Amino acid sequence: MAKQAVGGDVGASESARSSPGLGSRISELLLRQREASIFFVAIALAVYFQSANSAFLSSGNIRSLSEFTYATAIISAGLVMLLICGEIDLSVGQAYGFAPIAMYLADQTLVLPVAIIVGLLATAVIGLINGVATVYLRVPSFIATLGMFFFLGGVNVILTDGFPKTAPSGSFLTEILGGADWSGIAWCLVIVLSMHILLNRTRWGLHTFATGGNPVGASEAGVRTAKIKVGNFMLCSALGGFAGILDALRIGSIDPLAGGANIMFFAVSAAVIGGTALAGGTGTVIGAFLGTVVLSIMQNGFSLQGVSAYTFNVILGIAILTAMTLNVYVGSLRRSGKA
Amino acid sequence: MAQAPQDNSKSEALEALRAEGIVKRFGALTALSGVDLHLRKGEVLGLIGDNGAGKSTLIKTITGFHRPDAGQMYVDGEPVTLRSVAQARTLGIETVFQDLALISELSVYHNMFLNSELTLKPFPLLNNRKMKERTKQYIDDMGVNIPSIDTQVGRLSGGQRQAIAVARSVYSNAKILLLDEPLAAMGAKEGAMILDLIQKLKNEGQVSIILIAHNYSHVFEVCDRVNLLQHGRISYDKPTSESSVEELTELVVAEYRKARTTG
Repeated sequence: MAKQAVGGDVGASESARSSPGLGSRISELLLRQREASIFFVAIALAVYFQSANSAFLSSGNIRSLSEFTYATAIISAGLVMLLICGEIDLSVGQAYGFAPIAMYLADQTLVLPVAIIVGLLATAVIGLINGVATVYLRVPSFIATLGMFFFLGGVNVILTDGFPKTAPSGSFLTEILGGADWSGIAWCLVIVLSMHILLNRTRWGLHTFATGGNPVGASEAGVRTAKIKVGNFMLCSALGGFAGILDALRIGSIDPLAGGANIMFFAVSAAVIGGTALAGGTGTVIGAFLGTVVLSIMQNGFSLQGVSAYTFNVILGIAILTAMTLNVYVGSLRRSGKA
Repeated sequence: MAQAPQDNSKSEALEALRAEGIVKRFGALTALSGVDLHLRKGEVLGLIGDNGAGKSTLIKTITGFHRPDAGQMYVDGEPVTLRSVAQARTLGIETVFQDLALISELSVYHNMFLNSELTLKPFPLLNNRKMKERTKQYIDDMGVNIPSIDTQVGRLSGGQRQAIAVARSVYSNAKILLLDEPLAAMGAKEGAMILDLIQKLKNEGQVSIILIAHNYSHVFEVCDRVNLLQHGRISYDKPTSESSVEELTELVVAEYRKARTTG
């Protein structure tokens, strides 16, 4: 049968209607440019703080910037996967505290490499519980992981009797896992890049978008949405644990009160500033990384200038609200483009 | 008033699908009370019936979502017992549901290959180039106008989305295609595009189609035969050439009047 354009005139008028759809053009631009714009914000902030204080871009300060950044950025990369699924993990900051403790306890009887794996597996199990509670028991993830947040917070103190422990050190393994300068940020870059590929270039990533974008439709098409969600809960929790181990080995101490709500909220903020919507279906790992960089630059730069932490919080609040407003605006533009 | 279904000779090899005496109950409610339905190869069968007649239950039974309480299904003349949608799919039974199962945030080509993505073997990475090529080819073959296959599906019109969902089913080797009210909530032009698409599939003769519809005139435009589902059974089965919109309307209205007078 010859190539016959079915309803050719219809299609033409359709595309004519959608191509000048200014709304969709702008939203596409904003979405695509989100990573670029947050990058330019980071550059602008760096230029500003450098001009205000020449110590800002000293190698010593860049190192402390990187140490400010990497753990939060790793956690943020995991959170993005969950946020795209339309879920959240409030307990990931406690997993950050729990993994080094589990590692420490295992290290008393096992060799360190195994102890590290125990720490990571322990957090993966935490993620599994979060995922099962959310997907199969149908507890909203906000509540399920809030429960896990308090539970783990208590467990972390009980397991350590409330006292910081000395982290293992002095071996090649502890050096490459946070001990050596720059090792943390190196891991962070590798993880961010891997997660970016996982999200954008694999079936897992595509199904993650599908699960968050249209859960019913995705499962009708045969996507195993439950598996995707549980897997991303485990991934997020394990990445939180890995970030915690890197920090513990860098600092040399395992603090029962490390992490918690603070690092989790920073990671969520970074993801949101980087362009991930909490409603699910959209998000970027690179954006979350750049969001973390911006937060770190602001925090570090302001403290160099002697600006108080309270001022920083005010600015952070404004940044989040601005980013969210932009998300909502872009979202409504997209919906109008859809109609 | 309702006519008994015509007993067509069981030339099974020519039948894509046959359902005999399908019964489906939900507790005390009998949704299907002995449905007899057959679909010839290459045929477009129109299935109409008012809300609550059991249309969606029937579709979900044919696609393996529900298991019937009684009755037997045949695919290509072979008796089958469907246990899942996935199993129905392996037999070539594909359904385009009203929600289309498309992901607005994903591109046309990612939707086209959703859950059967091509990868760069042996690496688990997506082969986007190949998926784009094939999608472009499918869409050209279907003769549908889509501005760009990189477009997010959420930006397309209802008709274009429907066309993509149909294309996805057809190119996943569907032999039997169930279209659940594809023209619902669609403008006249968009509807015409989908009707043309169905006509084209019919002319190519590769798939047999059951078109569930509300609007009788659409049925008469593309269907070879029309079945009316009333109170959980097929009460009317005629070639469209021997039937008319008026006759069907009369049947449905008579049923309504009868129901009202008997309480």
